[in-house]
Amino acid sequence: MNAFFALLKRDLLLAYRNRGELANPMLFFVIVVSLFPLAVSPESDRLSGMAAGVIWVAALLATLLSIERIFRSDFDDGTLEQILLSPRPLPLLMLAKVTAHWLVTGLPLIIVSPLLALLMHLPAEALGTLMLTLLLGTPVLSLVGAIGVALTIGLRRGGMLLTLLVLPLYTPVLIFGANAVQAVTLGLEVAGQLYLMAAILVFALTLAPLAIGAALRVSVS
Amino acid sequence: MWTWLHKLGSPKIFYNLANRLIPWFGWGALLLMLYGLYGGLVQAPADYQQGDSFRIMYIHVPAAWMSLFIYMVIAFCSAVYLIWKITLADIIARASAPIGASFTFLALVTGSLWGKPMWGTYWIWDARLTSELLLLFIYLGYMGLGSAIEDRRVAARACALLAIVCVVIIPIIHYSVTWWNTLHQGSSVSVMNQSSIDKSMLVPLLVMAFAFKFYYVAVVLVRARTDLLFQERKTNWVRKVLVNG
Repeated sequence: MNAFFALLKRDLLLAYRNRGELANPMLFFVIVVSLFPLAVSPESDRLSGMAAGVIWVAALLATLLSIERIFRSDFDDGTLEQILLSPRPLPLLMLAKVTAHWLVTGLPLIIVSPLLALLMHLPAEALGTLMLTLLLGTPVLSLVGAIGVALTIGLRRGGMLLTLLVLPLYTPVLIFGANAVQAVTLGLEVAGQLYLMAAILVFALTLAPLAIGAALRVSVS
Repeated sequence: MWTWLHKLGSPKIFYNLANRLIPWFGWGALLLMLYGLYGGLVQAPADYQQGDSFRIMYIHVPAAWMSLFIYMVIAFCSAVYLIWKITLADIIARASAPIGASFTFLALVTGSLWGKPMWGTYWIWDARLTSELLLLFIYLGYMGLGSAIEDRRVAARACALLAIVCVVIIPIIHYSVTWWNTLHQGSSVSVMNQSSIDKSMLVPLLVMAFAFKFYYVAVVLVRARTDLLFQERKTNWVRKVLVNG
């Protein structure tokens, strides 16, 4: 457990030292969402109808945009090899890296989401559900995305490939997340979707670190 | 049993076996396909609801079955490769991917052509169509990863890992889109229960399914054979094969 917290602390410290980059995913999230009223229509009923989907897609793209950073600098300066050589259990270390990444990019998205809900005229009663689905969903996006990064980190131009690998795997989270928020605005019961998202989160938390570790061992060799 | 399997894993023996099997499966596929198409397109009676347009089913349904079946083959071979490091398993998995992607594409195209007269539109965001489309993306991602990594051994391990990750996630994707939205008709063919489809229509369908399987085996063996010769190009037996023709 010490190794877990040591790595977590190190990653958070590194992120804090590069504060300029910290805001990028959040800015991207806000900008993408604010493009929709311009492109589709500024009318409030049309906006509130698609608010859930737009916010969720934007959160997904923001995660995808930032996910490569999770291993990039460690890979470039050789830290990643040291992590792989460490006698500590690799999945635990991977979990620390993903946690740090989520705290730096996922959590700000959740914090800024009420503002976007306001911009998109999302009904106030759906706001809680939106934040809850993001809280349950964004860690899964980070975990699954990290598998994709681990597989493509050794490639020169892995960006497009990463998108192709990861986006199909993101669909369940997207479906349940957007669906739950949509259902709340219609006054329906959403416990089912939330339980499913929680189940997916637990599932990903258990298995994804193993897959990330195995993928890194393949890529860094 | 195990020695037999080990022998099969040896490239040289596999090469000779593939040489002998390819004509059988190739001609078998052709004959079955001719028989199945005749049975499906000419003999089977028109559907009481859908008229003649249901006949595209004889391509659509076996193609959709194959798209899943081939993915299972890839995942199985990937597991075998990761556990026992049998190069042949990787060769077969990698040779299968483009065929599987083609079948997925074929199922999507025939499905959309079938959807036009039945549902009045070429594409709807129905659960099965969506999950088939996502399966196509997964195939493309798998092939993309394989071709992006230059070192063959690294590529083999990365692809095998990806295939296994995806096979864990595919059921989740499938059920999530099923709960999300469905318009597609339910399955009419079942092994356990009485199929809700008449025998005169069912038999050609099953024949076509076998024809597609035979076709797949023949093509995958041809592709694996070529890849095998390339991988083993520095060994003596390949040199002998190439010199003697």
